[in-house]
Amino acid sequence: MSSEKPIVSPSPHLHGPESTRRVMGDVLIALLPVTLVAFLCYGWSVLILLLSGVATCVLCEYLINRFLLHRPCTIGDLSAIVTGVLLVLNLPPAAPWWIAVVGAVVAIGIAKMTFGGLGQNLFNPALVGRVFLLVSFPVLMTKWTLPHGFLQDYLPMLSSQVDAFTGATPLGVVKEGLISGGVASELAGSYTWQQLLFIRPGGSIGEISSVALLLGGIYLLCRRVIKVTIPVTIMATVAILATIFWSVDPARFTGPFFNVFTGGLLLGGIFMATDYVTSPMTTSGQILYGVGIGVIALCIRYFGSYPEGVSFSILIMNCVVPILNKYCKPRRFGKEAK
Amino acid sequence: MKKTFAMGGVHPKDSKLARKSAIEDLPLPATVAISMAQHLGAPATPVVAVGDKVKVGQVIAEPSGFVSARVHSSVSGTVKAIEPRTDLAGNLIPHVVIDVEGDEWLPEIDRTPDFKGDLTLSAEQILARIKDAGIVGLGGAAFPTHIKLSPPPGKTAEVLILNGTECEPYITSDDRIMREHPDEIAMGAKIMMKALGVGRCFIGIEENKPEAIAAMRIATIRFGGLVVVPLKKKYPQGGEKQLIDAIIGRRVPSMGLPIDTGAVVQNVGTSLAVYEAVQKNKPLIDNIVTVTGKCLPAQKNFRVRVGVPYSYLLEAVGGAPAKASKFISGGPMMGKAIRNLEATTQKATSSLLVLTEAETKRRAEGPCIRCGKCADACPMGLQPFLLNKLMRLNRTDEMEQEKIFDCIECGCCLYTCPANIPLLDYIRVGKADVMKIMRSRKK
Amino acid sequence: MTIVYTIAALVALGLFFAIVLYFVAQKFKVHEDPRIGEVESLLPGANCGGCGNAGCRAFAEKVVAADDMAAFFCPVGGNEVMAKIAATLGKEAVEKAPMVAVVRCQGSPDKCQKINQYDGASSCRVAASLYAGDTGCKWGCIGLGDCVNACEFGGVSLDPVTRQVSIDYSMCTGCGGCARSCPHHVIELRPRGPRGRRVYVSCVNQDKGAVTRKACTAGCIGCGKCVKVCPFEAITVENNLAYIDYTKCKGCGKCAAECPVQAIVATPIEK
Repeated sequence: MSSEKPIVSPSPHLHGPESTRRVMGDVLIALLPVTLVAFLCYGWSVLILLLSGVATCVLCEYLINRFLLHRPCTIGDLSAIVTGVLLVLNLPPAAPWWIAVVGAVVAIGIAKMTFGGLGQNLFNPALVGRVFLLVSFPVLMTKWTLPHGFLQDYLPMLSSQVDAFTGATPLGVVKEGLISGGVASELAGSYTWQQLLFIRPGGSIGEISSVALLLGGIYLLCRRVIKVTIPVTIMATVAILATIFWSVDPARFTGPFFNVFTGGLLLGGIFMATDYVTSPMTTSGQILYGVGIGVIALCIRYFGSYPEGVSFSILIMNCVVPILNKYCKPRRFGKEAK
Repeated sequence: MKKTFAMGGVHPKDSKLARKSAIEDLPLPATVAISMAQHLGAPATPVVAVGDKVKVGQVIAEPSGFVSARVHSSVSGTVKAIEPRTDLAGNLIPHVVIDVEGDEWLPEIDRTPDFKGDLTLSAEQILARIKDAGIVGLGGAAFPTHIKLSPPPGKTAEVLILNGTECEPYITSDDRIMREHPDEIAMGAKIMMKALGVGRCFIGIEENKPEAIAAMRIATIRFGGLVVVPLKKKYPQGGEKQLIDAIIGRRVPSMGLPIDTGAVVQNVGTSLAVYEAVQKNKPLIDNIVTVTGKCLPAQKNFRVRVGVPYSYLLEAVGGAPAKASKFISGGPMMGKAIRNLEATTQKATSSLLVLTEAETKRRAEGPCIRCGKCADACPMGLQPFLLNKLMRLNRTDEMEQEKIFDCIECGCCLYTCPANIPLLDYIRVGKADVMKIMRSRKK
Repeated sequence: MTIVYTIAALVALGLFFAIVLYFVAQKFKVHEDPRIGEVESLLPGANCGGCGNAGCRAFAEKVVAADDMAAFFCPVGGNEVMAKIAATLGKEAVEKAPMVAVVRCQGSPDKCQKINQYDGASSCRVAASLYAGDTGCKWGCIGLGDCVNACEFGGVSLDPVTRQVSIDYSMCTGCGGCARSCPHHVIELRPRGPRGRRVYVSCVNQDKGAVTRKACTAGCIGCGKCVKVCPFEAITVENNLAYIDYTKCKGCGKCAAECPVQAIVATPIEK
């Protein structure tokens, strides 16, 4: 027998491969494709934003743990890095580096650590950071750059727009157009399906490519990090509602395909709404949550003054999560004995 | 598409290291210490005195309550002491200690290897034999078998289910007996079917034991009414409620008993013991124990007499290496860690598992990230994260509302938790609290 | 004009809701003894449960309803608070000696060797329900700190190295929360004693002397020397364990000097 004393513990005596760090690492891997596409399309500014955002998140969490909360360092669980990357993916590509720093401080310092750190926060930290920036620096946060980087010579769908260096997002174009008396179907029709799926003109860094986001989503599903429930209910809700509105009045409302593959719906639906901490824990709760996000997001797009509302809708539904957790119970095994 | 249970479950690596090792007889030790508490319920009362000569199979203790079972001597020799000794958890339990002298069996026990397939006894006679032989469920809970085979008034059994799933990683004892004694197990099932008055029997075996499935299929050809059901590999398929759900698709109600679905579940090991008791007159004095672990020099399956020290079992495979740091009686998911290696095996001991620190040491607990994986893994549809929290706040009422008493303590929640929160540790204590309150309310 | 309409509408709404609220309040009014509130305000408000009630309010309700205060005592507030309550209610308070919690175990690792490592949840209750503990003694302190968490007053601390529990007697209110949380009943409430002098057997091991001795050098072996030396017949040995009856003990400390294993503790005078 070893010099160490034998170990005694209650069962089980084995643990599965799951760990918080592995989950967060998987999210980072799933974000790689879209980050890469964004880098190729927007160039070095993406890298600078990523570095400043992630470094600030990590530093912020370290300093708060060390000097304010006097708790052990928790940056090893990689959750601060995930928050940083998600925050940066929600910024416009032309944003200056300090925007990422301010957003990261708000995300970690206010949205995460004041609630008690990982697992305690009510709102998605990256989204709180983004929304804070959006309402504080509205001009900087809506200055969109068209994709122009290393890829422009290779992708014909980009070259048509290369002369215009800045422009609005598709959703923004539609909103502006409708206000000045345009027709929704024509405005939306100016974007080809290739653009919406592969390289989208205009939008946040992480909204660049729907396909890259879906790839990341499939990876997360295969690794069982997320379940299909939330992304699918969000997309289905948006698609169904948009179909109804669109068929009623195609001149005022954009169609389902356009709505699912523009704006932050995929980025939000796959990566932000599925955040464990701020989403419901049971399937029934997740369905209600997904439907709520879809409805609110589409309502903001159709009737609100902002062109895009995924961030707001996720944050609004985050508020409802505790009550969903309380009332949505899993299906129990077996009926009540009489 | 093979069957399995519908809700929850996890897939630990099966690590059946000893599956190729045929059952060997473990040499007799110099002394055995036979526990009086080898079954669920009150400890048995010794009926021998210090200095008495006993033979193999002789009764040494009588049951002292309804849920209790007889204990027989597993060796021949002299009773050296009747005293409290520490069990594997370190608690004092009355033991009968016997010095081994030779190996002299009671003459009425049939020790020939011949298969006896004719059954003339009535259901009552069968139950009496099983009771006299001190047979308890060998699946782990050690519930006296004769009680389980006598459904309470108002309930009727429709089907017998034999549990050959062996869903715990590492353990191979049931696998080996199904491969080596399929006829006896099938005959045991036939005997229990007669005792219950049922015409159908399903034998559930997980697909990672193809040889056992094949052997049992051949054996069942000769008997009518027995069907082998291969099952997908998923833990905790061997749980009674999960097995009934997997095989006949019925769910035991909350707070109910398996008999409420018309099913009686017995382990294949119990079936073999029933065959030996009824056809061969042999009481339950030995069972198959897998001695296994990646760090051990050899992994073997032994036929072990009741009351052998765990340390003696370890010696039989060449002793534990220096890096061995956890000794477990039973499987890695539900087995009990052994504090005291001088404690002795019991009727329902299925395995001695040795793990190293790297394999078993728990990782540091982190904050709950509310991923809900524990709830997804729970085969009973509970919310372990919530129960754990309620227990830490001592909210017994809410734990009861959240059906903590349905917990089968399978350990899936703790196995799967990314934050390594000791969910089951707390739930187990909370469950004991709630059960106590519910019992006191009933009175 | 708009302003007038707005003000009128708001006033009307305000009046309407005021009337609704008034009727609702009347309908659901609960009549209660005003003395309950008075008594509650006298109590410390820690809601520790040391009196045996669910909290200070529950205690107040029961005291006010009861004819006699003999069965009620707030250990945290002590005689002072009880006297005030008695004055409020016009009843007679029963004086009680102030109590403190004492830890009846000295099995630090140098005296009581560890024989295995516990690797489960860090809770005494979990460990106690699992097995007989990580030392040779299955009776004593488990050292995982359930009592530390139970103490509402921050008076219990756990030595991070020796895992020994110590109680800060200046903080201890004698509520008994720690004693109730201890699955091995190692913590006992005893009178503070005259000028803080207390004598007690700091061991709960009921094993036979030889077994105890093997497990822990500070364990009571039930030799009975203390029984013989005690001039007040305050000490009894039962189940191989000496116990000092604090109603008889005068705190002379002779037993502590006599004990061969130094299991009897005589606290020095505090402050």
